[in-house]
Amino acid sequence: MSRGFRLGLFAASAVGLAALLLWGVAGLPDFGHYAGPYGYVLNAVAPNERHVTNVVTATVFDYRGFDTLGEEFILFSAAMGVALLLRDVRDEEREPPEDGIRSDAVRLVGVALVPVLVALGLYVVAHGFITPGGGFQGGVVLASAFLVVWLAGEYRAFRRLTPTPAVDLVKGSGAGGYVVVGLAALLLGNAFLHNFGPLGTAGTLASGGSALLLNLASALEVAAAFVLIFTEFGEELVNVRLRGGG
Amino acid sequence: MIPLQAMVIALVAGAALAVVLTRDLVRLALISSVYGLLLVVLFVVLQAPDVALSALVVSGVGLPFVIAVAIAIDRAR
Repeated sequence: MSRGFRLGLFAASAVGLAALLLWGVAGLPDFGHYAGPYGYVLNAVAPNERHVTNVVTATVFDYRGFDTLGEEFILFSAAMGVALLLRDVRDEEREPPEDGIRSDAVRLVGVALVPVLVALGLYVVAHGFITPGGGFQGGVVLASAFLVVWLAGEYRAFRRLTPTPAVDLVKGSGAGGYVVVGLAALLLGNAFLHNFGPLGTAGTLASGGSALLLNLASALEVAAAFVLIFTEFGEELVNVRLRGGG
Repeated sequence: MIPLQAMVIALVAGAALAVVLTRDLVRLALISSVYGLLLVVLFVVLQAPDVALSALVVSGVGLPFVIAVAIAIDRAR
């Protein structure tokens, strides 16, 4: 293909794409004007019906709990895929070499940051039905606390904190626990994942009914899935460094 | 759209352009993290704190981490 032809092809397709995009954007509702009734209905009924003050978490784990089950397993399979691909080509697990951060300042910041991150993560998980946050958000914060141990400390400390069998167990029980809570609703004669628990008092930690259990299960699953991805990449890096001596 | 929202949207667009135009991979890891953080600011400005919290770690920490480690693995080979 000549340069002129390629440029012409690009120009023609770029104009076409831009026209399609403009057409699509022109058909969107105006900025800030949400057209569906669903959000307004939930905002109006959820606080009384489910005793929650954060309708987002109630939507995610209660009204749309089944969608979240799917998302849970997307993350589960993605992390499993990474693990399967990388564990397969890796040699025996070897003791990682010392790669500790030598800067006292960085280590100090890490030491100060890790407990704060753990506390924040647990807080965000526990207050999911009260303030913004929930299982996913808190789970990723918890996983990042482990990552800080590696980034500001050393990889071996990170690995000692996250033995693979434990991470696999937490990840599996998080994903499985979500399904078990859904099945428990079936056993009690409700629809799958229907909220069956005592709803508690709005604004307290014990609000949200059985969706609170789904929240906890997803926190375990998300935290473990992210730690697993970090671990698999880290093991791969260690392995390549040991083999290549780089 | 209030001016603050317009400003943050412009910043996000600028950062997205920077991500596309960055050729050096290590810089890319950092720039994509900055882009992710700007996206978090946008979510906060649009009053979506739940989304902002997850994006904070996923696009501010997770994605740059995966990019950085992938580069490190490639260099070690």
